[in-house]
Amino acid sequence: MTELNLNLNKNTTGRYGDYGGQYIPETLMNELDRMTKAYEHYKNDPEFKTELHDLLVDYANRPSLLYYAERMTKDLGGAQIYLKREDLNHTGAHKINNVIGQALLAKHMGKTRLIAETGAGQHGVATATIAAYFGMECEVFMGKKDTDRQKLNVYRMELLGAKVHPVTSGSMVLKDAINAALQDWTKRIDDTYYLMGSATGPHPYPLMVRDFQSVISQEAKTQLKEKTGKLPDMVVACVGGGSNAIGSFANFIDDPSVQLVGAEAAGKGVETELTAATVERGSNGIFHGMKSMFLQNKTGQINPVYSISAGLDYPGVGPEHAYLAKTGRAQYVGITDDEAVDAFEYIAKMEGIVAAIESCHAVAYVRKIAPKMRKDQIIVCTLSGRGDKDVSSIAKYRGVDIDD
Amino acid sequence: MTKLTDAFKNKKAFIPFIAANDPDFEGTVNNVVALAKGGADIVEIGIPFSDPIADGPVIQAADIRALKEDPDLPMDTIFDMVAEIRKQTDVPLAFLTYLNIVFQYGYEAFTARCEELGIYGLVIPDMPLEERGELEPAAKKHHVDLIPLVTPVSGDRIEKIAKAATGFIYVVSSLGVTGERSEFANDLSELVTRIRKVTDVPTAIGFGIHTPEQATEMAQIADGAIVGSACVNIVAEYGKQAPAKLLDYTKQMEKAVNAHPVR
Repeated sequence: MTELNLNLNKNTTGRYGDYGGQYIPETLMNELDRMTKAYEHYKNDPEFKTELHDLLVDYANRPSLLYYAERMTKDLGGAQIYLKREDLNHTGAHKINNVIGQALLAKHMGKTRLIAETGAGQHGVATATIAAYFGMECEVFMGKKDTDRQKLNVYRMELLGAKVHPVTSGSMVLKDAINAALQDWTKRIDDTYYLMGSATGPHPYPLMVRDFQSVISQEAKTQLKEKTGKLPDMVVACVGGGSNAIGSFANFIDDPSVQLVGAEAAGKGVETELTAATVERGSNGIFHGMKSMFLQNKTGQINPVYSISAGLDYPGVGPEHAYLAKTGRAQYVGITDDEAVDAFEYIAKMEGIVAAIESCHAVAYVRKIAPKMRKDQIIVCTLSGRGDKDVSSIAKYRGVDIDD
Repeated sequence: MTKLTDAFKNKKAFIPFIAANDPDFEGTVNNVVALAKGGADIVEIGIPFSDPIADGPVIQAADIRALKEDPDLPMDTIFDMVAEIRKQTDVPLAFLTYLNIVFQYGYEAFTARCEELGIYGLVIPDMPLEERGELEPAAKKHHVDLIPLVTPVSGDRIEKIAKAATGFIYVVSSLGVTGERSEFANDLSELVTRIRKVTDVPTAIGFGIHTPEQATEMAQIADGAIVGSACVNIVAEYGKQAPAKLLDYTKQMEKAVNAHPVR
């Protein structure tokens, strides 16, 4: 694996057109500034880069496979489908890429305590894992609804030595977990690093998360070139806050022939109230430290959102996604619960891969679009995580009662 | 000199806070009028927000109560409350809210309504100095002060923030979110001294103050004291009977901040 390029995007201002910024309480401003400066320094520090590289290779199991999904390709009868297997990383999701980078930064900043928010639990597990690895204290904030539907991940985090706080305020999901983590951070800044899991929040988080996750597309681009000699025609990834998607897009943004597609969680349908399809249904706003697109009412109150996937039910998207959507560089499509669950079953039977329900939103889009493409065209679809955590809730969705 | 700065003239200012629409339209009007009658120098009205990241459990709960009946509570209804309040008192008013509420209404339209109704300032906890540029032109045009927050960890930002301030400066007493507490940062005097070196704009300390003793102590350090959660607790506990309690509490606190002669 070649070393990760952390200087891919020359725009390091934290502004993506009108989006981005640092809309955050004064208490945190100096700390964000320290973090920004530390990141700008360490991303060019040879020792830091070597440490990062070694951790990605020896601990996270990178590079992840770019797998040609032959049965799926034949079955769908159109474009050739390659799956970027982030589900094969240590801890079972792309989240580890960002967590290794940020935790390493935290260590160099002299921090001894990591806090994090988590939706499905994948980011919480990844953070708890790296905290254990570095011998750091770790506390994870998770909506009460999510601790209930992702009990396995709660136990995994505790097993790894983290303390999990079920958040009972608001709608008790991911956005409320972020509120709680931010509030905890304002109480204790000195020794604490807030390790944000998505490409959201105030600068420098969207930038750092994009850079650390860009390992996905850096590898995919090289791997596909080795296998086919070509660029993909389309890259598809699921979008909640958008970390795996921005990482999957990053190295292709400047290749205009590559179509970029983000699969959003439409829940019960983009036109219903039970949705999390931010780009399609949302509007510009300011929340969680960033100007971006949000699901909100006319007054500006943030809407409760819904998706079967705990990792995608966030009422906003990262500012760079809002920018890519606005400029038309990327397209965002809604995938319903039903479509995602069908894809979960499809890819299991077709390829023998139990993929995360989040990732299955991307797979569902591939099922729709691949048959409409030519056989010489190529789709790279990111499987952001593995689906073990979802098995019991999918069984329940199908009306099957299993002990969990 | 702005109306808010005026409120600190020759005295220490007591600045209570309540959340709009908690418990309802009429209650808000009565509560604000009672605070004014009790001797509040400025009243801060919180516009409820679904996700108040700078607020502790008490004000969060007030926001939830305020939005419970009508999650789509229009901003215009809150402006109507202010219009009703204005029929009964000319106490200086300021809004505390999160930037998205102002952004959605439109910066120009929002500040124009503020000017029309005598809302002289905006406290926006998620709008640090670096992000105020987008709201500032409209606020200046309509004579609405953007009240900045300075915290015990603002460090070398203190002077920059203070120099840009109008109205008054909100000095955050300690780390964390709003809510009653028994201890404050121990370097608040130094913080206020640094502010006073670069500006004559008055300072008021907030976050955690609830007893008269604390109010007296804080008013010796700064030019005023802001009390939020304690007032909100009275509203939560007494409902329709809150105005009488708020009036008594304000009298007591106003006296407490002025317990010592002005410097």
